[in-house]
Amino acid sequence: METTNKIRVLIAKPGLDGHDKGAKIVALALRDAGMEVIYSGLHQTLNQIIQTATQEAVDVIGLSIMSGAHLPICKRLITMMKEQGLDDIRLIVGGVIPYQDIPELKEMGVAAVFPGGISFEDIITGMNKLFE
Amino acid sequence: MGVAKYTKDEKGAIKEVIYQSGIKVKPVYGPEDLEKAGFTYEQDLGAPGDYPFTRSLHPQSYRSRAWTTRQYTGFGTPEETNKRFKLMIANGQNGLNVAFDLPTQMGYDSDHPLAEGEVGRVGMAIDSLKDFETAFAEIPLDRIGSGLTINGVATIMMAMYQATAEKFGYSKDQISTTPQNDILKEMIGRGAWIFPVEHGVRLVGDSIEYAVKELPKSNPVSICGYHIRESGATPAQEIAYAFEIAKAYIDTVTARGIKPEDFVGRFSFNFNVYGNLWEQIAKFRAARKLWAKMLKTEYGVTDKKKLFLRGLFGGGGSGLTKEQPENNIMRSAYYALGAALSGAQTTALCSFDEAYTIPTPRSALLSLRTLEILMDEVGLRDTVDPLAGSYFIETLTLEMEEKIIEEMEEVQKWGGMTKSISEGFIQRKVSRQAYEYEKGLQSGEYRKVGIVPTSESGNRPEQETQKTDVELHEYNQEWAEKSKVNLIELRRTRNDKDVSDSLKALEKAARGTDNVMPYLVTCCHAYATVGEMAGVFRDVFGEWNEPEFY
Amino acid sequence: MPEIVAILQGNQRAGARMIRLLEQGKLEALTLLKQLYPHSGNAFIIGITGSPGVGKSTLIDDLITVFRKQSKRVAVIAVDPSSPFSGGAILGDRLRMQRHATDKNVFIRSMASRGQTGGLSRATKDAAIVMDAMGYDIILIETVGAGQGEFDIATLAHSTGIVRIPGTGDGIQAVKAGILETGDVYIVNKCDRPDVDASVHALTMMIGMQNMGRQTSHPSPKWTPPVVKTNALKGTGVDELADTFLSHFDFLKKHNLTDQTKRNQETLYFKSLLKDLTLAKIHSFMETSPAYKSVLKRIQTHEMDPISAAEHVVNTMIILK
Ligand SMILES: Nc1nc2c(ncn2[C@@H]2O[C@H](COP(=O)(O)OP(=O)(O)O)[C@@H](O)[C@H]2O)c(=O)[nH]1
Ligand SMILES: [Mg+2]
Repeated sequence: METTNKIRVLIAKPGLDGHDKGAKIVALALRDAGMEVIYSGLHQTLNQIIQTATQEAVDVIGLSIMSGAHLPICKRLITMMKEQGLDDIRLIVGGVIPYQDIPELKEMGVAAVFPGGISFEDIITGMNKLFE
Repeated sequence: MGVAKYTKDEKGAIKEVIYQSGIKVKPVYGPEDLEKAGFTYEQDLGAPGDYPFTRSLHPQSYRSRAWTTRQYTGFGTPEETNKRFKLMIANGQNGLNVAFDLPTQMGYDSDHPLAEGEVGRVGMAIDSLKDFETAFAEIPLDRIGSGLTINGVATIMMAMYQATAEKFGYSKDQISTTPQNDILKEMIGRGAWIFPVEHGVRLVGDSIEYAVKELPKSNPVSICGYHIRESGATPAQEIAYAFEIAKAYIDTVTARGIKPEDFVGRFSFNFNVYGNLWEQIAKFRAARKLWAKMLKTEYGVTDKKKLFLRGLFGGGGSGLTKEQPENNIMRSAYYALGAALSGAQTTALCSFDEAYTIPTPRSALLSLRTLEILMDEVGLRDTVDPLAGSYFIETLTLEMEEKIIEEMEEVQKWGGMTKSISEGFIQRKVSRQAYEYEKGLQSGEYRKVGIVPTSESGNRPEQETQKTDVELHEYNQEWAEKSKVNLIELRRTRNDKDVSDSLKALEKAARGTDNVMPYLVTCCHAYATVGEMAGVFRDVFGEWNEPEFY
Repeated sequence: MPEIVAILQGNQRAGARMIRLLEQGKLEALTLLKQLYPHSGNAFIIGITGSPGVGKSTLIDDLITVFRKQSKRVAVIAVDPSSPFSGGAILGDRLRMQRHATDKNVFIRSMASRGQTGGLSRATKDAAIVMDAMGYDIILIETVGAGQGEFDIATLAHSTGIVRIPGTGDGIQAVKAGILETGDVYIVNKCDRPDVDASVHALTMMIGMQNMGRQTSHPSPKWTPPVVKTNALKGTGVDELADTFLSHFDFLKKHNLTDQTKRNQETLYFKSLLKDLTLAKIHSFMETSPAYKSVLKRIQTHEMDPISAAEHVVNTMIILK
């Protein structure tokens, strides 16, 4: 019986944007870092993301957002997470995120932001840090 | 070093170079290399403008005409887009390239829940013919051609375009439109797919067939190796997969009893200029040759003009870095040089801040000026195919041709492009490569200037980027509100019976084998919305389930 | 800690957290599972196995649709292999089932095989118990083939469907070599492909041969595994597939075979738990016992050889009460 606590993370692309290369390669990198990654595919509604995170009992929801809509999306999702009692799940965001938006994202409750161009190593370290 | 694999000795001298496509490059090339490859001028090059067009499609190339450039437009609302169109035409532009917002691309109306936050964000929001009428008001549609950057619902936008022209008194044989309409590449790369593979291909078939029969001046499909490359394909795969996609479309149309000769001349391509300079140049020369050879030998096309690999060779966005964005200005200039040395007919550059957001007017202008400097200032128009006869370039072109063929054969082994995509073979291969490449970049095995490998600790890119200052586009919530109000007004004023009759007829066509295009035109005239028309397709075809990518 | 009452009421959040704790090997979760156990045993558990890419997830997506139309509540456990290198995994089966994600009466749980190559670990069984107690009528378990895991799918499920695709050389050769596992239903998916009939024919012959073998060793009533053709992409044949599974379940019930299945399952589950609990005891013993530490020291100073030391520890120190 294996008793290791592997980080379980849901990688999701919310909304209509279909640029999924980033989400896919990050999923691969997290797998290679020993995490269990649930990949839910493109064009997910926030409700689908919430239900998936609930059923899978993940530790982390990782959103990849390239359309520029990261602020409204995160805001909505965090409200929904609270409503559903998913308060022990951390939300992280990656994609095209301008640095000037990071404080606002953190303010609303995003646990970590990994803008495009950041290294896998930094993402993995950053994620592990959430569970220290 | 570079986007190829370099091995160096302890003194830093280069020992080995392997390009992404898998070609090893020697330190020196000479006549013996051409001899060994069996190179002959007649067979492998020919004069510019002669089969197999390795050198150029036209005998005089840039001597007679510089490349044309394209700029994408399409802003928030149709009104704003119209203003921009008029400005561009006043500035001498003779072609428009329209970008659509994501809800339109995905076949949803602006008031659909999934459209929230996206209306007008990355392009123009279209709900019904009303919006097209506004966007194209007072544009001379018999003189100005329009590229429509849309795939999943390309048939609907083509029908919109025709209906608009008809409303304005033009006939359908006067208008010229080029929808992107390459659904298979969306399934590999950009992700704006809706319906399952076979239905997607059927819609492409319908639009090509319709264009052949009804829209003599329109080019129904533009195949985008560009996005395939952006997703992680090598340059050789970019061409190979684009050609295999083209074959899938050709086959579906020929199956309807139309000869390739009657339509392949209307195909155009959109390729990526990103990576090693020489590999890019060899890629395009090999691609022109291979396309012509393939059409001639496999599809029996004889008319010389129909063997042309037409298209846009544009600077690749994935080459750009988020770190030190100003570097992208220089980088793009070299991509443009590559395009010019490859004899690109049409080109476009990504704006230097595109890694952040959609380009700002300032950066779009910079791209334009970069292209002008090449053509008008430093001499790229002086002579046709200036690199021809280079031992290196000609050897590389032959090797590239071989690589492309190898990659095409692999797709055929998998059962052709449609199957390869529906089962995920291509996606798995491409995303694995993208991952390996990204790891290589981060470890310093590959090098892009401005990206500091993680191994050289202490100087993380994050620290540099934090300082960078780029202009960002603001999203305007009013666009969505306005579109929603317009939709309410539309639903109140249009003739409901016309709408439901035309949608019912569309559904019947979609279920059967009738070409959906004329039915769509009727729907557009009745002011059915994009969401309603796409909704009919969603009901009949279902939605695609993407295969696993790992 | 998740609440038992909430789980029994079918609360997905509570059930999912419970499954997570069990998967993490938390012993205290077993105490809770004990309370759920009496409420399990009502679900019909269906195993769907077959090589990667044959269309298992797509079929399950279709089966959910069919069962939902019959107003049944459906749970899914989708097992994907862990990476042998990193121990991590990408779990993408639910990619094909995502349209059901927001249906409150559907519960999909992805699970990494965690070293149980191709097979199933106790965690799968635990999860099935939780889902069963949550009141799901049907539990579908997706896994690649019969593997070397602790739990064979056939010992977990009431009904096992084996998915094949046309033209992959299933033949008499394979039967003779005893390679083909036995299923209760055989599914030839991707029947839009050529060579379907050849595959169906080969399978039917194989089943015939297996049944001959069976008759001698099994005096009990005979279920002849049917072969069902499906096209999971279009959903054709899936209604029939669902009916076939249900009639197999009826067959089991009618001949009181579910009890027998249950007995077998419980024995296996018991053995597995015994192993896990014993191991946990040993682990905690090794971490806390000073006596153990002194034995270790004696090995290091060559006072004791490792073999005698192990015997000594087991015989005198570890007391299994
Ligand atoms: N042609 C065809 N393809 C199918 C069928 N069922 C599944 N597929 C495709 O086969 C691939 C693998 O399917 P998936 O359900 O993920 O297989 P799994 O690995 O067994 O779970 C996907 O690309 C599916 O679209 C079918 O009946 N016909
Ligand atoms: Mg699967």
